[in-house]
Amino acid sequence: MAAARFKPGEKVRVRKAFPLGHVRTPYYIRGHTGEVERVCGAFANPEELAQMRDGLPPQPLYRVRFLQREVWPDYRGNPADVVEVEIFQHWLEPA
Amino acid sequence: MIERSHHDMGGLPAGKVERVEHDYADWERRVDAMVQVLRFGGKITVDELRKNIEALPPQAYDAMSYYEKWIASLTQTLLQRGMVTTDALARKMIEVEKRGGR
Amino acid sequence: MNDKGKYQPLSYFQLMEVSLRELLVEKGILSEEEIAQEVEAMRNRGYERGSRVVAHAWRDPAFKGRLLQNATQACEELGLEIPGLKLLVVENTRDVHNAIVCTLCSCYPRLLLGIPPDWYKSRNYRSRMVREPREVLAEFGLVISEKTQIRIHDSSADMRYLVLPMRPAGTESWSEDRLAELVNRDCLLGVAVPKGPKD
Repeated sequence: MAAARFKPGEKVRVRKAFPLGHVRTPYYIRGHTGEVERVCGAFANPEELAQMRDGLPPQPLYRVRFLQREVWPDYRGNPADVVEVEIFQHWLEPA
Repeated sequence: MIERSHHDMGGLPAGKVERVEHDYADWERRVDAMVQVLRFGGKITVDELRKNIEALPPQAYDAMSYYEKWIASLTQTLLQRGMVTTDALARKMIEVEKRGGR
Repeated sequence: MNDKGKYQPLSYFQLMEVSLRELLVEKGILSEEEIAQEVEAMRNRGYERGSRVVAHAWRDPAFKGRLLQNATQACEELGLEIPGLKLLVVENTRDVHNAIVCTLCSCYPRLLLGIPPDWYKSRNYRSRMVREPREVLAEFGLVISEKTQIRIHDSSADMRYLVLPMRPAGTESWSEDRLAELVNRDCLLGVAVPKGPKD
């Protein structure tokens, strides 16, 4: 299994890429910066599983917390509101 | 121009959430059951199913009901894996329709 | 297998379902019994298991702690069969309200809640819940104070989520069964909150 690069509390940025294929990193969160909330464990890569390959070695999966007011320019609500998204390690870089 | 997949809709403008729930028809429950049994048996992955739903043309994605999408996707997945062939499916569909669908 | 009720010619997709199923059975990939068993299992699965997990956590603070730490393990402790479920329980407090969505498809803790309702899978819910949760919750009849932090969980990968609502006041002496009745599926998704005797 690939080693976990990031720790809870660390700031990470989601890669701003738009490749074809089966992707589980939602469009709305690409390019945004958030904080690692936890490491969920390591799982087979869904991008590969979708193509009938085994997706191994398992990749670290993180829950990353983003401030809504930073994701949506017109966000109304508590400035502390967050959205938390599960993102695979290969979509993240240090911020 | 950046391509955004039609299924990847988080954050897009949309209308009021309609609190509908329908009681699932038997055929829908069977689609659900087939998906679960095949997944649990390790014959297909949910990732392939999702990929095939995402590959539906946008109009079809919007117009088809949830289980219509799933049966179409399940069929594509099984075709891709060679567990059924297009020819066998065609013959079977003609046969089923001829005998009145039962 | 028969569909109850009026006879109607099969739609294209219903025809596909019958045909695919027959082919798979003929090839020995599936059996009609397996399919029937799974249909029955899901027909009988409502959200009771989810409610029970919450009621148990309300009555047992140590269990609650374990649930928040490792939800899958805690559910197994209760004897729940949840093969393959990677569960994460998020707790509502006076300061935090949680709600669940899957923007990419319709991921849902089926083993605890059964089959998801149509609205959870709808374009409108999936699109708007991450962007304007307060407006969507208000449409559900739930108004969250501006002082409360809302956390929206987008089930984008392998984890599945359950909301642990706040225990209503006036239920201190209640049994687990009685408490479980207060917790419906919408409470477990965070689009509703349980109503206690004082509400």
